[in-house]
Amino acid sequence: MKFLSNLINGISLGSVYAIIALGYTMVYGIARMLNFAHGDVIMVGAYICFFAIYSFNLNPVIGILMAVVVCTVLGVVIEKLAYKPLRQATSLAVLITAIGVSYFLQNMAQLLWSANPKVFPTIINGSIKLFGGELSISRTTIVIVLVCALIVVGLSIFVNHTKMGKAMRACSEDKEAAQLMGINVNKTISMTFAIGSALAAIAGVLMCCAYPNLQPTTGSMPGIKAFTAAVFGGIGSIPGAFIGGILLGVLEILGSAYISTELKDAIVFLALIIVLLVKPTGILGKKIHEKV
Amino acid sequence: MKNSNNAPRSNFLSNISKTTRSNFITYGIIIVVYVIMQILVNAGAVSNLIRGQLIPICVFATMAVSLNLCVGILGELSLGHAGFMSVGAFTGAVAIACMESAIPSPILRLILGMLIGAVFAAIAGVIIGIPVLKLNGDYLAIVTLAFGEIIRSIFTNVYVGLDSAGLHFSILNRIKAAEDGKMIINGAIGLTGIKPIATFFMAALLLLVTLIIVFNLINSKTGRAVMALRDNQIAAQSIGISIPKFKLMAFVISAAIAGAAGTMFAENYSTMLATKFDFNTSILILVFVVLGGLGNIRGSIIAAAVLTLLPELLRSVKDYRMLAYAIILIVVMIFKNSPSIQAKMALMRSKKTARKKTKKASIGKEA
Repeated sequence: MKFLSNLINGISLGSVYAIIALGYTMVYGIARMLNFAHGDVIMVGAYICFFAIYSFNLNPVIGILMAVVVCTVLGVVIEKLAYKPLRQATSLAVLITAIGVSYFLQNMAQLLWSANPKVFPTIINGSIKLFGGELSISRTTIVIVLVCALIVVGLSIFVNHTKMGKAMRACSEDKEAAQLMGINVNKTISMTFAIGSALAAIAGVLMCCAYPNLQPTTGSMPGIKAFTAAVFGGIGSIPGAFIGGILLGVLEILGSAYISTELKDAIVFLALIIVLLVKPTGILGKKIHEKV
Repeated sequence: MKNSNNAPRSNFLSNISKTTRSNFITYGIIIVVYVIMQILVNAGAVSNLIRGQLIPICVFATMAVSLNLCVGILGELSLGHAGFMSVGAFTGAVAIACMESAIPSPILRLILGMLIGAVFAAIAGVIIGIPVLKLNGDYLAIVTLAFGEIIRSIFTNVYVGLDSAGLHFSILNRIKAAEDGKMIINGAIGLTGIKPIATFFMAALLLLVTLIIVFNLINSKTGRAVMALRDNQIAAQSIGISIPKFKLMAFVISAAIAGAAGTMFAENYSTMLATKFDFNTSILILVFVVLGGLGNIRGSIIAAAVLTLLPELLRSVKDYRMLAYAIILIVVMIFKNSPSIQAKMALMRSKKTARKKTKKASIGKEA
């Protein structure tokens, strides 16, 4: 029973990682950049929702919607201002700029909302008891897993069956060829950032529902972990990000329950190294053959 | 400031002398800046704030040179360089604490400590390098990131105590040294009870020695093989350059230097947390390297010095200083790397020179 309970907690945490990882993987697949500011967009989303509920006494659903809208706009603005001028630059230059954006968001949050940790209000109450009360699953966990499943299915349909999704896939394979086919590459990239940031907002709110401690650095560690999850599953692949996220979450919770709480990060990252050594492009990653 | 390595190879002899000259200019700059700073410190003309930053600047400049060897010369992005620094800091500090009674001279102890730190960091470099260097690009970057986090996670849980019975070591299990002893590494509290023995002279010397090693490496056969691998791996392989050998060599040297710098860094403070060497520190060093210019060693040092001082100089804007730092970073990156802005700048520059020329010509006519 203890194991089952841990497993469910792991899947819940993994679902949050998966939602963040989806944003990472989509941006990487299309813009070929490691968007290190993604983790901080999560934090901004959580703050917006927090203030909507706490200061303005709004309905949590409206709070989440506000977070999504603000983060979407933020994502598009960041892309336009910071990343678009560097479309032709080396990936390292874009990486450093992304780190600059990450610093910017963290320090802006610290100035606006102070560094004191805030306790995120409970949005979803109660829990479900199974097996005569031996196994209790909080409703938050169920909602997180359901939302994640919904997002993965929705995103897969969007990418595989809509015109915009087709454009995204085309851009991720070959930007120049896509442009020749009449696809607006800039618009597609902006769209990707918008979707990724909207997902980050949802992930931020869900994460703070499960772990209600909110401060300007809240997003950075989950950001790194989710990035790891995206690489774990094969970066650029949507099902890969989902599987990687869930696996990473389960591994982290089981590792801290059965091996050591203090070393949980080491366990997670060690698993990543092993996976990459066995399968250098991640679990579902495509192998790219080098042509001479 | 173009490194003369990029100079055309047409005239081989003059090329060599040019490289050597450029290297000696860099050594000269370090020595002159050191002497000036030392005189200013002795004269009491330097504020405490900046004086406290002198050793960290040297350490971070050394780290930047070391990472530049990995990213700029070898061409492999490492996001976990602080991990090697951490290995060096912890092993070196333990070694120095152990030698305290045996070797009275602090300078000798520091040198031995740095050597031990460098050796352990090099071992870590071999362990992580052999599997990792088979990967490429972003995957290599992510594994180095993972390595840095693992190191941080492990050193947060290491306990090392020293007493009359010898050295006690444990991971996870809290141990206590006997009454007559002391804890050197105390889990999450990190390194404790260090008697800071790092001096500005030793830190500057470390930077100078690092530069001599790195410049000589770059201008050797090995260095050229490493750079050939960076520029075109397949072409380099086809002329018989062994990929694992040269990649690992550069990677391990880079790790060893980072280890020595780590020991110096730890010996500058009385306590040192493992979390000090986290992902953010790795990124900070990477920022020095990229802003200074990939492969440009002198640029790395200047960037490290300026960016370490920048937050201190921005203290006048208090709460806004890290925000200002972030904005400066973004703006500089965009200005330096955006092709359209670069093109505009070039256009402006050519217009300016053209205007100057016409002005001169008209002046000439008038005369």
